[in-house]
Amino acid sequence: MRSRIMDKIAMGILWANGFLTIAILAMIIGYVVVKGLPAMSLSFIFTSPHGIEQSGGIFPTIVASLYVTILTVIFTTPIAVGAAVYLSEYVKQGRLVTIIRFGADTLSGVPSIVLGLFGLALFVYILGFGWSMLSGALTLTLMALPILMRTTEDALKAVPNAWRQGSMGLGATKWQTIRRVILPAAMPRILTGVVLAVGRVFGETAVLMFTVGMAINLPIFPNEPGRAMTTHLYLLATEGISMKTAYGTALLLMVIILLFNLSARKIFNKTQR
Amino acid sequence: MNFLKWRERALESVFLICALTAIVGVLLVFIFVTIKGFPIFEKVGVLKFLFSLDWSPSDNQFGILTFIIGSFLVTAGALALGAPMAIMTAIFLSEIAPKRVQKLVRPAVELLAGIPSVVYGFFGILIIVPVVRTLFGGSGLGLLTGWIILAIMILPTIATISEDAIRAVPKSFREASFGMGATRWQTIWRVVLPAAKNGLIGATILGMGRAIGETMAVLMVLGNAPIIPKSLVGPVGALTSIIALNMSYASGDHQTALFGMGIVLFMISFFFVALIRFVSRKRS
Repeated sequence: MRSRIMDKIAMGILWANGFLTIAILAMIIGYVVVKGLPAMSLSFIFTSPHGIEQSGGIFPTIVASLYVTILTVIFTTPIAVGAAVYLSEYVKQGRLVTIIRFGADTLSGVPSIVLGLFGLALFVYILGFGWSMLSGALTLTLMALPILMRTTEDALKAVPNAWRQGSMGLGATKWQTIRRVILPAAMPRILTGVVLAVGRVFGETAVLMFTVGMAINLPIFPNEPGRAMTTHLYLLATEGISMKTAYGTALLLMVIILLFNLSARKIFNKTQR
Repeated sequence: MNFLKWRERALESVFLICALTAIVGVLLVFIFVTIKGFPIFEKVGVLKFLFSLDWSPSDNQFGILTFIIGSFLVTAGALALGAPMAIMTAIFLSEIAPKRVQKLVRPAVELLAGIPSVVYGFFGILIIVPVVRTLFGGSGLGLLTGWIILAIMILPTIATISEDAIRAVPKSFREASFGMGATRWQTIWRVVLPAAKNGLIGATILGMGRAIGETMAVLMVLGNAPIIPKSLVGPVGALTSIIALNMSYASGDHQTALFGMGIVLFMISFFFVALIRFVSRKRS
């Protein structure tokens, strides 16, 4: 009898905890939406901040965030896919593979503030790129690389072995098999990984503060500095100068990242069917 | 024919180079942070740098023990709050929730993982800080607020990996337990959780690594004072938040000391990754 009561209590707690998770999410999203919506308008998205309070629009920060993110994807994707191909199609085991995996794990464990310090030291100071889109993207490449490597490897491994054997049996070389059979088959899942990594990069702050800078200007060339949306939100929130703009920035940031995550889900679900 | 063979070789090398980027990347990070930070070890001495409580850059005192303690205090509380919640969520998702409820909770966990840390910090300033201030006094910026925010932030990490570990426990274990008349909770507590133990430990260590490396959210809610907090609501500084806060104006030895703190953080995160390796190897 006691065990039945115990069971009931435990189940109750587990259910309550499950719904608490949803409640926390709902509270965060709800709060940002309710507070941010009044700030939202076309001019908020498409004009520049002005005045000492930095109210007004946030256009340059949106451009800076997208700029760095796109540049990062361009740098990361080929390297990550190449690395994943090596790990899943060429050498699956052995000492070198163990070391590579350990390297990737360590890289994904490095705190973002340390990556920021690194980017500041190497790209901004030593190589002289200054605070720029390029410095930011190069640093973020190291952040996105292990994430994308892992998802791409999983994508490649999900391709049935029979397809490889079939292709090789028809006389195709390894590279022909990879390019014509395996990569096309794995493409939707690789894309899912890219979009997920984009979400992570877009929401990053510490790295961008140190490598892209805080200057509000519209970046055109990769050697120009800028201020990411996340950095903008941080500065507005801690200096408390224009809370309305902060709410709006937070909402837009969340919406963009939710869109990334939802589209990643969409692409992934399509492949499951 | 020869061209094809040559091309195959060349491509394999290209892929190998891509794969090696991961190692090169880690080495680069370590080398350049060390180049910038190492001089402080020589100047102050490693022991004094790590074990002195005296941090006042204007007087050339660079002891970071306060912040090491701060980081671990913040992380320990966040784990104590967050890990049980996360593991309960994992149990709920894999053992109890009907499909329909799973479809609600799992995306919620995934979305929590996607929220940027600066938004967590913003939410913390606006909601948690006033609540803590009203209920417990103080400024609201401090240890307790950091715990709550970080607990929410590490929940998805620990929950997702714990769920994988719990799902990896063979069905036959559960059937045997139910067959002997055990209740659902007894099966979970006595059979499933012990079988998934190493996975759960691994997940918790990963969450710990996340918590100690987290920067923006803690920067915004901890208060960042160079003291060891005397109460739950007292302000506290973590390694990450002090680096972020000081970097914008530090120069000379002060800046070098911040890079030195970066080296310490790198070592801590490296240790956690190695520890997870060790735990997961023991499992297999």
